[in-house]
Amino acid sequence: MIHSMLALLSQDVRLAIRHGGESLMPLMFLFSVIILVPLGVGPGPNLLSTIAPGMIWVAALLSSLLALERLFRPDYDDGSLEQWWLGHLPVYGLVTVRLFSHWLITGLPIILFAPIAAQMLYLPADALGTLMISLLLGTPILSLVGGLAAALTLSTNRGSVLLSILVFPLIVPVLIFATGAVSVAAEGISPRTHLGLLASMLVLALTLVPLAVSASLKLNIE
Amino acid sequence: MPSLQFRPENLLLEANSLRFDRRGEPVFNAVDLALESGKLLLILGANGSGKTTLLRCLAGVIRPIEGRIKVNARRAFLGHRTGIKAALSCRENLRFLQKFHGRAKSSPDQALARVGLAGFGLRLASTLSAGQKRRLGLASLLVSEREVWLLDEPYASLDDEGGALVDALVSEHLSGGGSVALSTHQRMPEIELEPSVLQLGSSIAAAAIA
Repeated sequence: MIHSMLALLSQDVRLAIRHGGESLMPLMFLFSVIILVPLGVGPGPNLLSTIAPGMIWVAALLSSLLALERLFRPDYDDGSLEQWWLGHLPVYGLVTVRLFSHWLITGLPIILFAPIAAQMLYLPADALGTLMISLLLGTPILSLVGGLAAALTLSTNRGSVLLSILVFPLIVPVLIFATGAVSVAAEGISPRTHLGLLASMLVLALTLVPLAVSASLKLNIE
Repeated sequence: MPSLQFRPENLLLEANSLRFDRRGEPVFNAVDLALESGKLLLILGANGSGKTTLLRCLAGVIRPIEGRIKVNARRAFLGHRTGIKAALSCRENLRFLQKFHGRAKSSPDQALARVGLAGFGLRLASTLSAGQKRRLGLASLLVSEREVWLLDEPYASLDDEGGALVDALVSEHLSGGGSVALSTHQRMPEIELEPSVLQLGSSIAAAAIA
């Protein structure tokens, strides 16, 4: 069963490279926000370093939303999604692979470029490690929860509004604890509690979301 | 009573009293069928009589409202939408499907040559014509070993030569011990074997008129 999952992963990555510009959209979005907001609120280091955790996180959240519409839709339209249910394929595993490749394409670049964004916003150096860990724990949750919303709205026309409405309330706790972690780290307090809660949310999402996504995809195909 | 004809190892797929409703309207009712190795099942019916729905039920993509489907073999389903990625080349598409479904049979290039697309390996699928895309879809059946083929309107958008190709592939598959269920409303398969026929929709259509 592993070969099907590996095949899907390599095809997803290949398609992301083929659609190069589209795949870089989330990262471009992140940097537009990081560059434009200081122009709007003023470039003072004090203000920027206070809002930096929140801004980086909100930008990460919104940019991960951008690619959600295309998570299952192309496969739904071209008929390859229904091939997942032919009986010999591990649907749960395929869903997990698809969500992982979404994270690989939208989440990972954000994590890799977060140090630059943090520098641009005067985030205190002590908090950088915490920001990285919070992104590492939090961006997979964004992909997972977003994937669930994308699967639920798959067969609705123009589902993107519904999709954002579904995602936002579920994502609020992630945003609170992630930015909270970075803020307390910037003040020199241990962010362990916040990060622990974030990690537990990730474990919860990782176990339950692929099941829920499989079920709602099936529902939409029928 | 067990007859001499009946050998369970030849029974690849069996469906009993399938029923499917769409928004309360029956699509088909009490359909019984069996796919045996070396046998062809022809599913006939007017537009909207539920041919596609029945094939998707047999493929396991959708669940019937009632009834039971017993499967003893791998299934391949080829529908109107063939699951071909436009941004990838023909060879990349087939190589993916081969790894995805496993049990490799023909190589992607052999399969392309068999369906008359020799030399198209590097062409992007988006540059193919509708008929060539259908041929690429047929090639996807050849790259992995799957005993039961469920073909939904395989003759659509194919020329005469393409139709003959479908017939040739189907009879090859049947003589190799596989089984094929095929829906069509225009061209009839021209193969030596006598197919069993399932006519869909007549009773429901009559009820709708009355």
